[in-house]
Amino acid sequence: MTRLATRRTISLLAFAVLGGRLVAQAPQDHPGQYDRADIEAGSRLYVAQCSPCHGVNGDMIAGVDLRRGQFKTVVSDEDLTRLLATGRPAAGMPAFATFQPSEVTGIVAFIRAGFDSAIKVGDPSRGQALVAGKGACGTCHRIGGRGPRLASDLSDIGTIRTPASLQRSLLDPSGSLLPANRTVRAVTKDGRTIRGRRLNEDTYTVQLIDEQERVISLTKADLRSYEIGRDTAMPSYAGSMTPDEVSDVIAYLLSLKGVQP
Amino acid sequence: MTRYLVPAFVLVLAAGLAAQVTSDRLVNASREPQNWLTYSGGYASQRHTPLRQITPSNVKTLEQKWVLQNQVFGAWESSPLVVDGVMYVTQRPNDVLALDAKTGRVFWLYRYTNTGDQQVCCGANNRGVAILGDTLFMGTLDAHLVAIDAKTGKPLWITEVAPSKLAYSITLAPLVVKDKVLVGVGGGEYGIRGFVAAYDARTGKQAWRFYTIPAPGEPGSETWEKDDDWEHGGAPAWITGSYDPALNLTYWGIGNPGPDWNPDQRRGDNLYSDSVVALDADTGALKWHFQFTPNDGYDYDAVQVPVLADMNWRGAPAKLMLWANRNGFFYVLDRVTGRFLSGTPFVKVNWASGLDEKGRPLQTPQPPGSPTWPGNQGGTNWYSPSFSPRTELFYVSAWVEYASIYRKEEAVYEPGRRFNGGGQTPVTPTPDSPGIGIGRRGPINNWTNAAGHGAVLALDPRTGKEKWRFEQYDVTDSGILTTATDLLFTGGREGYFHALDARTGALLWKVSLGGSIVNGPMSYEVDGKQYVTVISGNVLFTFALRE
Repeated sequence: MTRLATRRTISLLAFAVLGGRLVAQAPQDHPGQYDRADIEAGSRLYVAQCSPCHGVNGDMIAGVDLRRGQFKTVVSDEDLTRLLATGRPAAGMPAFATFQPSEVTGIVAFIRAGFDSAIKVGDPSRGQALVAGKGACGTCHRIGGRGPRLASDLSDIGTIRTPASLQRSLLDPSGSLLPANRTVRAVTKDGRTIRGRRLNEDTYTVQLIDEQERVISLTKADLRSYEIGRDTAMPSYAGSMTPDEVSDVIAYLLSLKGVQP
Repeated sequence: MTRYLVPAFVLVLAAGLAAQVTSDRLVNASREPQNWLTYSGGYASQRHTPLRQITPSNVKTLEQKWVLQNQVFGAWESSPLVVDGVMYVTQRPNDVLALDAKTGRVFWLYRYTNTGDQQVCCGANNRGVAILGDTLFMGTLDAHLVAIDAKTGKPLWITEVAPSKLAYSITLAPLVVKDKVLVGVGGGEYGIRGFVAAYDARTGKQAWRFYTIPAPGEPGSETWEKDDDWEHGGAPAWITGSYDPALNLTYWGIGNPGPDWNPDQRRGDNLYSDSVVALDADTGALKWHFQFTPNDGYDYDAVQVPVLADMNWRGAPAKLMLWANRNGFFYVLDRVTGRFLSGTPFVKVNWASGLDEKGRPLQTPQPPGSPTWPGNQGGTNWYSPSFSPRTELFYVSAWVEYASIYRKEEAVYEPGRRFNGGGQTPVTPTPDSPGIGIGRRGPINNWTNAAGHGAVLALDPRTGKEKWRFEQYDVTDSGILTTATDLLFTGGREGYFHALDARTGALLWKVSLGGSIVNGPMSYEVDGKQYVTVISGNVLFTFALRE
């Protein structure tokens, strides 16, 4: 995981924009509450000790979303510290009594800092203008029922992606393309070439949406060649947008929550 | 393992034909028999396919091509659409799946999250989607209408149709007419005021609304004698209607009045409960109505699919509407004017001694504690019937020899709560024996034919008489599909999927699928191969001829 920007003061804003269901107490009461070194140490410890059950995004246990501050019983940092010491055996969580106090501080800091979204989140309205203008995102992406379906539909991207993953996608699109969305290039036995974005795949078949926006299902036995591309047509905005502009685009994307009743 | 020998270029070619589903295509659906573009396969709602590959002589070589396992439990009532090789099907409560109709592999899944305050009498049912352009439309259990991009499964707009906290719901597949999406609402057991409404397909804005209960002062309001009955009189519409493009009329079957079982509490005919209404498709204005069961005390919803048929009547070409009603009578109506042409019992009936010359029943209420035929679930119910223009027979799943004992009591309306006014129990031959309930709960048939049984009836509209019947031991909630090769496909609670000879009722083929079949079978074609799809239990099965 590459961390590209570290502006600790904006992490609270990041959470607010993320729109997770926050408990009464926000994950981080005020910006910069937790020490950077603690967060980084906690991050390493979390991956080793906690992620096997809670997942790298902290949302693998039903009713708990650590990154967004959604707990079953925990309210304060002290609660969290106590829980780590005692565990919750009935619910399957072991006690982590061997953690050193500094390690507990780190884990708490990492969780309460929302897994360190030290990504600058800028101004959504400026971001919207950049998406429509300089970014030309609508050349391939669809938002709110408008635009092509060549690339993934961004209408609800703010509910499924974090600021960090959006930043990675903007700066290193090929490196952060979700494997499920990779490009398919298939040549049929009679020599026709089909290119598209993968929607689904199994041992014998693959489903994709092609460049003419048709959903197509192919049987692999009928193909002469079949490749999954690792690159994406999406350009990196590392050079063409300033860091502030990237942060504005992130803010806009985070505001996209899809169609709600 | 099935081998797919069709070369890939055929697939590409088929995909190349994919185009937007215009309203012209919906009107002329019979010109593209490879597709199944509306809930009942066409605006006339005949659930009849012009495809001819599967015939009485080769039907024995049908084999399973693919299955889709559902992750959700409970009756799966959805009827799929197939558009240019892509199948769209819903699953409980409000998921939509887009699949390759040839292999069953999934392109996308859309999952609508209900608000949580929805209430329905009879399960988290959904019966399917409608399509216009490249947008799908689904009604939701919490009474919203959702437009979904057919290519990506992303929602485009969501409109609240009615408040779910007052127990309005939508379980039917919408009907697209021109640029509008038509839906009706459920909630007849909860004191709603029913309606059919049309929404602009592009924006989700309501275009018109026809209330199935007139407000005071409106025509028909005199059929609700007490001042406030109309506000909570039920009359839902939870089965997809039909459309006649030449008349520009859309037809909808309207459900029971509320409270269900106490007609004394709502004196009068209670229009337009238990009626068919013919509405101007552009404005929703009522053109005509015909009421099957005035002042109903038996829950005899007229929530059946209106079947439109053009055939000779008394020697002259006629535009007919064929209707086997929950109340046990089989009706033929003139669908231009709504005039009653004939009505004949198709199961045992004792709640009425007959119909007068205008089709109004001569009601004969039974003494308290005595059986009423047909029982509460009716001679038939919402199960899709079929009409074959070749045999000119009407086919319906019926409950035979089934009665209920009704009781009535005063009901008080409370928002969002049951408003039933009594109850009913199926008649069983053993007094005080355990109740058998309406739905099947497991693999054992506790219903047995002692309480009634199912049958496919082939009815001749000209005489009202039964041409043949195919009896089943358990009752059946299955729809019926007929083909241009005179095959009839149907299922039932026993989990058998049957192919019958549509002319004689002879059993030609059957397969045991294991779970209740509570949807309407349908048929389509991809790459020159005809498929038949049916849902049994929690699994969608697709069959075609052995290669």
